[in-house]
Amino acid sequence: MSTPTVMKFEQALAKFEPVLGIETHIELGTNSKMFCGCPTAFGAAPNTQVCPVCLGLPGSLPVTNHAAIEGIIKIGLALNCDIVEWCRFARKNYFYPDMPKDYQISQYDEPLCVDGHLDVEVEGETYRIEIERVHMEEDTGKSQHVGGATGRIQGADHSLVDYNRAGIPLVEIVTKPITATGDKAPLVARAYATELRELVRSLGVSDVRMEQGSMRCDVNVSLMPRGAAEWGTRTETKNVNSLRSVERAVRSEIERQAAVLDSGGRIVQETRHFHENTGTTTSGRSKEEAQDYRYFPEPDLVPMAPSREWVEELRATLPELPAARRKRVQQEWNLSELELRDAVNAGAVELIEDTIKAGAAAPAARKWWMNELSRRATEQGVELAELPITPEQVARVQAMVDARELNDKLARKVFEGVLAGEGAPDEVVAARGLKVVSDDGALAAIIDQVIADNADVADKIRAGRVAAAGALVGAVMKASRGQADAGRARELILEKLGAS
Amino acid sequence: MSELVKKSAAELGALIAAGETSAAEVAQAHLDRVAAVDGEVHAFLHVDAEGVLAQARAVDGRRAAGEELGPLAGVPVAHKDVFTTADMPTTAGSKILEGWRPPYDATVTARLRKAGLVILGKTNMDEFAMGSSTENSAYGPTRNPWDLARIPGGSSGGSSAAVAAYEAPLSTGTDTGGSIRQPAAVTGIVGAKPTYGGSSRYGLIAFASSLDTPGPFARNVLDAALLHEAFSGHDPMDSTSVDRPVPPVVEAARRADVAGMTVGVVKEFGGEGYQPGVLARFNEAVELLESLGAKVVEVSCPNFGYAMPAYYLIAPSEASSNLARFDAMRYGLRVGDDGSRSAEEVMALTRAAGFGPEVKRRIMLGTYALSSGYYDAYYGKAQQVRTLISRDFDAAFEQVDVLVSPTTPTTAFPIGERADDPMAMYLADLCTIPSNMTGNAAISVPCGLADEDGLPVGLQIMAPVLGDDRVYRVGAAVERALEDRWGGPLLAQAPELEAK
Amino acid sequence: MPAITRDEVAHLARLSRLALGDDELDHLAAQLDQIISAVARVQEVAAEDIPPTSHALPLTNVYRADEVRPSLTPEQALSGAPAAEEQRFRVPRILDEEA
Repeated sequence: MSTPTVMKFEQALAKFEPVLGIETHIELGTNSKMFCGCPTAFGAAPNTQVCPVCLGLPGSLPVTNHAAIEGIIKIGLALNCDIVEWCRFARKNYFYPDMPKDYQISQYDEPLCVDGHLDVEVEGETYRIEIERVHMEEDTGKSQHVGGATGRIQGADHSLVDYNRAGIPLVEIVTKPITATGDKAPLVARAYATELRELVRSLGVSDVRMEQGSMRCDVNVSLMPRGAAEWGTRTETKNVNSLRSVERAVRSEIERQAAVLDSGGRIVQETRHFHENTGTTTSGRSKEEAQDYRYFPEPDLVPMAPSREWVEELRATLPELPAARRKRVQQEWNLSELELRDAVNAGAVELIEDTIKAGAAAPAARKWWMNELSRRATEQGVELAELPITPEQVARVQAMVDARELNDKLARKVFEGVLAGEGAPDEVVAARGLKVVSDDGALAAIIDQVIADNADVADKIRAGRVAAAGALVGAVMKASRGQADAGRARELILEKLGAS
Repeated sequence: MSELVKKSAAELGALIAAGETSAAEVAQAHLDRVAAVDGEVHAFLHVDAEGVLAQARAVDGRRAAGEELGPLAGVPVAHKDVFTTADMPTTAGSKILEGWRPPYDATVTARLRKAGLVILGKTNMDEFAMGSSTENSAYGPTRNPWDLARIPGGSSGGSSAAVAAYEAPLSTGTDTGGSIRQPAAVTGIVGAKPTYGGSSRYGLIAFASSLDTPGPFARNVLDAALLHEAFSGHDPMDSTSVDRPVPPVVEAARRADVAGMTVGVVKEFGGEGYQPGVLARFNEAVELLESLGAKVVEVSCPNFGYAMPAYYLIAPSEASSNLARFDAMRYGLRVGDDGSRSAEEVMALTRAAGFGPEVKRRIMLGTYALSSGYYDAYYGKAQQVRTLISRDFDAAFEQVDVLVSPTTPTTAFPIGERADDPMAMYLADLCTIPSNMTGNAAISVPCGLADEDGLPVGLQIMAPVLGDDRVYRVGAAVERALEDRWGGPLLAQAPELEAK
Repeated sequence: MPAITRDEVAHLARLSRLALGDDELDHLAAQLDQIISAVARVQEVAAEDIPPTSHALPLTNVYRADEVRPSLTPEQALSGAPAAEEQRFRVPRILDEEA
């Protein structure tokens, strides 16, 4: 196998126009699986969340989870899709060890939601991504490849299959071809995935965590020479498991395909795999024969005919969607574009908003989530929303700061305690004895000592150099192990030294 | 042989309820009969005498404890090996499932247990219910108690033979294209195909999901109705199950009159390919119905002639998908796993070794009919034919209450005669297939012996969807009048089986 | 001309994951040809405007509530497995990535 050569991105874009298509799979966060009553918790011991239905045992039959259909209809509505009046499930037939029935219950020519769109912004410009379809299907099990050097499928000796994931409700969202994005193509792809994730998260139907696989993107890329009318042959890149990877996968495929085409070669229609470590794709299956999925209507399930009343009821339950919310909070919180984008990327908008609702002022709420708590989330490798602290608790801490019972330094200690599971903010404050010393008597004793220890500085202040007070305040804070009310300490120092 | 094995299920139920015998005693009598004759008949694939007696004693215990039990409590039933049973192996007549012990009970199985029926064992069948002779069982053919050199029909041939040989008063079957009615006809007993969705498919190892229907076998119409009632009714585990009360089949079987009913004779069933003795008995049965007060009219169903070709596209298509799961990964046979072969190779080797010729034929045929490029011409057309047949039935049932025809064109044919001639074998289901295509209720009741070979002939009675009570009512009327004429049940004319 | 060629039959066998020998393929090719010619009769029905029927009964909207029910134990789940290891189904090496 020769190493595929690539063409520089700018050069590739000068010669070719990319056309993208993105297929996104999202696992719904229902209590039970798509067609059976097994739980869906992530990370359970292998084969503990399986039953005759999701193991595909002979004789078992599927029954559709109502909440999953509600979930997909909400997604469809949020994506401005039409919800069809009648549709069916279909069987997609292909053999694979992690697919218990050797067919997947999916939808074929009759998807539940069709013809939607999602607007995304890249560098101040809006791109409308047209949605072809949103359909319902079931997830597969997971194989672990044993033997061989890498744990990868190539060179493995055998595989071990866990079917806990098999049958988890999966929504597939397919875009129409995304054209005329030019050199923004990788950014548009990433912006789409980001916006879609935000949107689905706001609906509360999935935790949309790419690193856990509850959101997965397949990226189709083709190139056509600038000025040409016909699209080129596309490849489908799978295994794209982060927002950043979506961008990189598109870029890498553009660079690779451009090199192939430029040297007179042809693009093979194939599945490719993205590798995080190299940021490149490699050819997937060597297809001896074209796949023939032999779709036909699933005879074990009856058609779905969502009533218009139901659809409207669900529409009425949709929350404010991310785009609208962003516009609103930007105004309300008086944020710059950059500040807004940071908050969005950190997944902090909702948390900040809830903190404000719980009584904190906007700047303070934003400060805690975007600085202290974001830092801790990054340290722990979790999403901000997964930190074991609620917006109400953050608001409570800020209330104590506002009441000058805590200063910022102590507040950070309270957060530390809450995150460590020591209880609610008030409990942490009590248990750790975190209390600002603003009691003049207690402060006075410390200040007297500090003045005695720093006579030269005190003299300067007495002589009118008020700015030198900072050094004494610092000493007071140190002596009080951070618990002093710095503002009050400064007042008292100046008072004592007759400089006020 | 014990007198107990000659009794009807209703009689046995009453005797046990009255304390004149016990479930255990009845079970023992039938176990003795099985031991005496099943070496020749080979109706059973699995009988666990100890387990049977334990079940029977448990029923006696439930009764002693004062539990209210149904009319069949303590009555033995032979259970087709296509239904999963948690305490017995389940093979569907296939080598690929040899020794498989399902971890769950089919709904029909669970309902038999709940009603206090004692499951005597699992009966032989054409592999995955594909066939009309039980010769396609991987475990050897079942023989017709009327003539051990002949087939007992199929696919539920073990179940029909068990009842005809007095090994069990009742048995279960499944009917996909005639697999209950045709075996009932050729063994001189009663077999009913309930309305599709009237009896649960959960735990029935699927052949063709949109056609498969569990139903009862018995030596008389009332017993069949009692068993029908015991295991039918809505099942939330089967999405295609009808959420309606079970039609009043027992009441209809007791009523047994046809006064004021209009009976339609299907014009298209008769003539070439039909055995003269079959047509003679059928015509007599029609005259009998008229003499009993029914109005008889001839009805044309012009599209019934297309039912068989459509069936041999739809059923194999669904089967090709349903049988994909037998892939050597999770259960059942695994062949060729020598550590060097891939999963793909092991799947193909296992399936080639584990499936018999008829199953392979149908998988291939179904794969063909669903393939891209052929779907519209084959599967698509077959589904349109299904609509046409449905329209024929609708038009007919506007004029008549029930339709009648011979159940099958010939009497039991010799074992081996059609074994490698699939087209000839398929003719056995010519008259039964239309009801499967539309889900109608139908029954086969004995209507005499063909003059040329002295073998049983069946009368098929068809009613609209959920008109199950009508077929029992008419069937019971015919049965009563014919038994008066014969001076007893037809089965009394069967040769005695020599106990060996 | 036959309704189905020997090559097509071999292709179907691969699609169906059936490792059939040459003799078996020959035999099946002849039988399938006969059967397909017979079932092709469905094409005689002038059915342009006839809707297809996929289900015997016209039921719609059958759902279950999103409630958890007991799963099998891993022992039950693996009870029929030809091979198991680390509470997982052990299968031979897989050639291709997922389709």
